[in-house]
Amino acid sequence: MTFEQIYQQSVAEWNALWGGDKPCILVGAATCGRAAGALDILEVIHEELARQRIEAIVIQVGCIGLCYAEPIVDIIKPGQPHILYGNLTTKVVPQLIEDYLIKDNPRPDLALGYIGEGKLDGIPKLFELPVLKPQKRLILRNCGFIAPENIKHYIANGGYSGLVKALGMTPGGIIREIRKAGLRGRGGAGFPTWQKWSLCRRSPGKDKYIICNADEGDPGAFMNRALLESDPHSVLEGMVIGAYTIGANNGYVYCRAEYPLALERLTVALRQMEEYGLLGDDILDSGFSFHMEVKQGAGAFVCGEETALMASIEGKRGMPRSRPPFPASSGLWGKPTNINNVETWAGVTLIMQRGGEWYSQYGNEKSKGTRTFSLAGKVRRTGLIEVPLGIKLGEIIHEIGGGITASKDFKAVQTGGPSGGCLPATMIDSPVDYESLTAAGSIMGSGGLVVMDEDTCMVDIAKYFLSFTQAESCGKCVPCRVGTRQMLNILERICNGDGAPGDIELLEKLANTVKSTSLCGLGQTAPNPVLTTIRYFRDEYEAHIKERRCPACVCKKLISFYILPDKCQGCGICLRDCPAEAISGGKKMIHVIDQSKCIKCGTCLDVCPTRFSAVVKVSGKEIEVPEKPIPVGTHFNHNLG
Amino acid sequence: MGNNLSEILTCHKKRRESLIPILQKIQDKLGYITRGTVSEVAEYLKISESEVFGVASFYTGIHLTPRGKYSVKVCEGTACHVRAGERILDEVERKLGIKHDEITGDGKFSLERVACFGSCALAPVMVVNKDVYGHMTVSRVAEILRKYR
Repeated sequence: MTFEQIYQQSVAEWNALWGGDKPCILVGAATCGRAAGALDILEVIHEELARQRIEAIVIQVGCIGLCYAEPIVDIIKPGQPHILYGNLTTKVVPQLIEDYLIKDNPRPDLALGYIGEGKLDGIPKLFELPVLKPQKRLILRNCGFIAPENIKHYIANGGYSGLVKALGMTPGGIIREIRKAGLRGRGGAGFPTWQKWSLCRRSPGKDKYIICNADEGDPGAFMNRALLESDPHSVLEGMVIGAYTIGANNGYVYCRAEYPLALERLTVALRQMEEYGLLGDDILDSGFSFHMEVKQGAGAFVCGEETALMASIEGKRGMPRSRPPFPASSGLWGKPTNINNVETWAGVTLIMQRGGEWYSQYGNEKSKGTRTFSLAGKVRRTGLIEVPLGIKLGEIIHEIGGGITASKDFKAVQTGGPSGGCLPATMIDSPVDYESLTAAGSIMGSGGLVVMDEDTCMVDIAKYFLSFTQAESCGKCVPCRVGTRQMLNILERICNGDGAPGDIELLEKLANTVKSTSLCGLGQTAPNPVLTTIRYFRDEYEAHIKERRCPACVCKKLISFYILPDKCQGCGICLRDCPAEAISGGKKMIHVIDQSKCIKCGTCLDVCPTRFSAVVKVSGKEIEVPEKPIPVGTHFNHNLG
Repeated sequence: MGNNLSEILTCHKKRRESLIPILQKIQDKLGYITRGTVSEVAEYLKISESEVFGVASFYTGIHLTPRGKYSVKVCEGTACHVRAGERILDEVERKLGIKHDEITGDGKFSLERVACFGSCALAPVMVVNKDVYGHMTVSRVAEILRKYR
């Protein structure tokens, strides 16, 4: 079958979905949709359709990125626009099906928005919503709209046309096109993709390798998972294009084991590519052959580093080695190897499908194109987003993210995971691009954005990241192995209230040493969270050291819980729920926490009814409370310190 | 067990790169890597036992001790951390009476803290075998664990 025939067949199948007389129901069933109950919703939909004898097409799709509204279902009635429904429950779904599919009531109360022509009373246009309006969905164009396990859906939407175009070009021509686009590595460092490819292409040798780094290990990042689960072919197409350009005949997708659904969908996708002659010998009769397989990671953050990743594919301990030689000349099994991140490969696909010039219209001068981010933490609308590079941080957090949860104040945003840094609220107007983030002491990184509010302690965050990198350090080089441990020791003692004058300076000195002398990216960037928190939140470090006080009331050793005697009504809820049996009291008695028994779990604060709000969490002060429970109403002069 | 093992081994090429996939397959079948399997794998791939052990002990996804029938994992990713994931871990530890990386006396539950599941939008997250629980609260812990008891 020629590609033209495959394309015609795919378009026919795709159009039949929408052109028929049956309604179509798309259920978002990527990992986060599933965690929110998408598979239960799917089951209820099938049951309800059978019960009501409605004929409909039901398809599992990937993630549209509106994670805060999961589970999401998209219903398309013949001739009608898509209507997306969010926050669905198994209870409400049968009613929705009956109301919309039988009674023609589109239930605006449940709808998030609609896509397509026309106007629907009471339902907004989906892409006009504040969460989507500032976004540019290029990489994520298919996510949530096609069945990721059906290659025809991908092809019908322009899939593999980039590969067809590339196979008709010279490798040099492709490299020029990528250069024109201005694509830079999306794994973090931002190295120009065309340059990386030319180096590998020029390396002598017959056997060359292509690798996709899908070892998304940064805690707080899930962009690659979502893309692989929702549109795996968009990544794989880029890899075949890259292989053709560089002259590689074998390739690997190295995906972390924690992503079982992504692994499954990649495996299905590769099988389909082979079936349609898009992978294997003599691809689309071009004479070019390329074979690819999926390699499952085994749980090591350091394997995100390219030389460690290759060691892992070879069946060794995933430890990095010094460079040069760079993988472009000596990589997997000593052969020239080109390794790019998931999103970079998807960018290549897009550039070859739509053109380098078209791609370069997005972004700013030095950072071209769009970038996906996973927006998480204390923001109202968490999710997977895609924005043009150069967008302001504030626009992401306040418009797309809808601001901070629970009317707290925005304090910082963490970019780039354990290798990145925490940027303070004052930097809300800085553009999100490679250079600006680096200048601020952070990095673009793989794309995690974790938002923090006033309840987040920045010293605790630095300790958190350091404990992560310290545990994940492979131990090969001394600065990283010993340096991160020593830095962690200092941070632990600061958080425990045992900090000493000079600790901040010592931390800075150690951090700069680890940064400049470690062997690989893990150690070279591990100090970033510490250095940025010291740079922007030094006062918090000083409060911990000088006043033994945690301003955000997070560090357990520095906080205390008290029951305010003039507010406690003696209801007994906290007494019953306290896991440490640290609370004494009785009916209509003011309850008292025994500070020596308190484990600072915060349960009492959670369970105290809001109409009493009698439990407080404080740091650096004591509150005068009765020594023993006394009858409610007998205590009048408590001191808030 | 011997039969199971040779069945897995013969599915893989006798090459060094098969080592991690073999260990993962064995673990899927048996739950963890025993001392005995280390020597058999080494024998099959014609590499030393220390090399097999070196790899098995390097990766956190490969276990050298038994897991519980229900493996409870509490996410300690960044998003979960800022949304107080540690309190969930503390509560699971209290309810199961074990610390992380331990297994209950009856072998029913084991507990791990993991770096990130990539379900950050649902933070804090807890996973029991393959069931994912998002937006966790301390008070939901007991109720969820009860389902598996």
